[in-house]
Amino acid sequence: MRPFTYTRPDEPAHAWAELGPDAMYIAGGTNLVDLMKCGVAGPARLVDIGGLPLGGIGSDGDTLRIGALVRNSDLAAHPVVSERLPVLAQALLAGASPQLRNLATLGGNLMQRTRCGYFRDPSMPCNKRLPESGCAALDGDHRGHAVLGTSERCIATHPSDLAVALLALGARVRIDGPGGPRVEPIDAFHLPPGDTPERETTLAHGELITGVEVPLTALGARSHYLKVRERASFAFAMCSVAVALDVREGTVRDARIVLGGVATTPWRAGAAETALIGAPPGTAAFARAGEAATEGARPLRDNGYKVELIRRVVARALTTLTTVEGDRG
Amino acid sequence: MSIEPAADEVELRVNGDPRRIRVDPRVTLLDALRDEFGLTGPKKGCDLGQCGSCTVLLDGRRITSCLTFAVMHDGREVTTIEGLGGDPEGELHPVQRAFVDHDAFQCGFCTPGQIMAAVALLDEGHAGDDDEIREWMSGNLCRCAAYPNIVTAIAAAAGR
Repeated sequence: MRPFTYTRPDEPAHAWAELGPDAMYIAGGTNLVDLMKCGVAGPARLVDIGGLPLGGIGSDGDTLRIGALVRNSDLAAHPVVSERLPVLAQALLAGASPQLRNLATLGGNLMQRTRCGYFRDPSMPCNKRLPESGCAALDGDHRGHAVLGTSERCIATHPSDLAVALLALGARVRIDGPGGPRVEPIDAFHLPPGDTPERETTLAHGELITGVEVPLTALGARSHYLKVRERASFAFAMCSVAVALDVREGTVRDARIVLGGVATTPWRAGAAETALIGAPPGTAAFARAGEAATEGARPLRDNGYKVELIRRVVARALTTLTTVEGDRG
Repeated sequence: MSIEPAADEVELRVNGDPRRIRVDPRVTLLDALRDEFGLTGPKKGCDLGQCGSCTVLLDGRRITSCLTFAVMHDGREVTTIEGLGGDPEGELHPVQRAFVDHDAFQCGFCTPGQIMAAVALLDEGHAGDDDEIREWMSGNLCRCAAYPNIVTAIAAAAGR
């Protein structure tokens, strides 16, 4: 591992003042320490933001405000999350292991890098890690790679479960930095790879996620997260979906369908939402939504199964959500 | 010309004892426990947070000690398997006793991590049934596949 100097500022302004050009922020470290060991990340300076006042969870009735340093385990266990935002609690508990969730933070989760094996191996070409070096996944082992939002330069999936749920909930990311504070809707925060796969979010160097705001709505209260993996637990998604439905008088009034594990960013399936709105909830409508969710999919040699997986995961999640609703009477 | 390796001072409370060390900031908490304090209960399995054999309690909560740097934890309390039973010459912790009674290991390499995770699981209240135990032990791999007896041991320690 490349040597680095370590600093732990106690207020945000000091954090970005100390973040030189060859420096990185660290919070939980579950992703960055791993990447430093792999030789993918090699900052000369680490600025530990663990001492900044960015913790805490608060609710003012219609918005949940979560500090960037809140641990995934604490967020999942918060009563407002477990009672009013089921998709968020389920996505958090479907991610990683209890040990990792005790270290991992909200802000770090949104900044985590892909699990693409070529990205994680500095001996291989990768446009995301080393721009213009090529993409070894295009003709290589891409069984786990994305079918949506890909480009000729990068097909790596975004690995987060949490971000998929936050997108379904219409969350906003609070950011601060040398240029002043700003708030960004999470659907604009993660960038598709296009010609610049090395650029994954809108954060400028020195900027810091300070928190996330989640609107508390009726839609968010009727939500569900389904994740399909290669083993029963502690694995990244082959395909996952966050669904939220507003059903009144036998008709879907509003819907959110967001995919994970199959796209280069957390992926809002707008066509699937359109297919549902105005229809009576049921097997036929859910199958149509599953089909619509695959719109724009571009499978490669070995990841075509993900297209079928999208259809079935969307339909099953919607069935589970409405069945649970029915059981509640 | 020699280059002085960077070293930062950090104080940890390890199994109840305050300990002060100077470490290179690259040293993980796991390596500090093993190499600086001689506590070889936490094991270096994958060293990437994927196997759970390095599990320790940090301020009472389970973490993978391989994925965090020691310098990040100044002033905090770390508990390893060595600190679990209190007196090293005394009685085993009830979870250690349950692992022995139910033959919950074969080679034993993953066992300290399994036991630390199980102690945390019981503290968190996640031993309701066997499925819940399996889900909340998912961060600990056992390549001898002693899983059925691990679940039985944890259920027994929970009083079931």
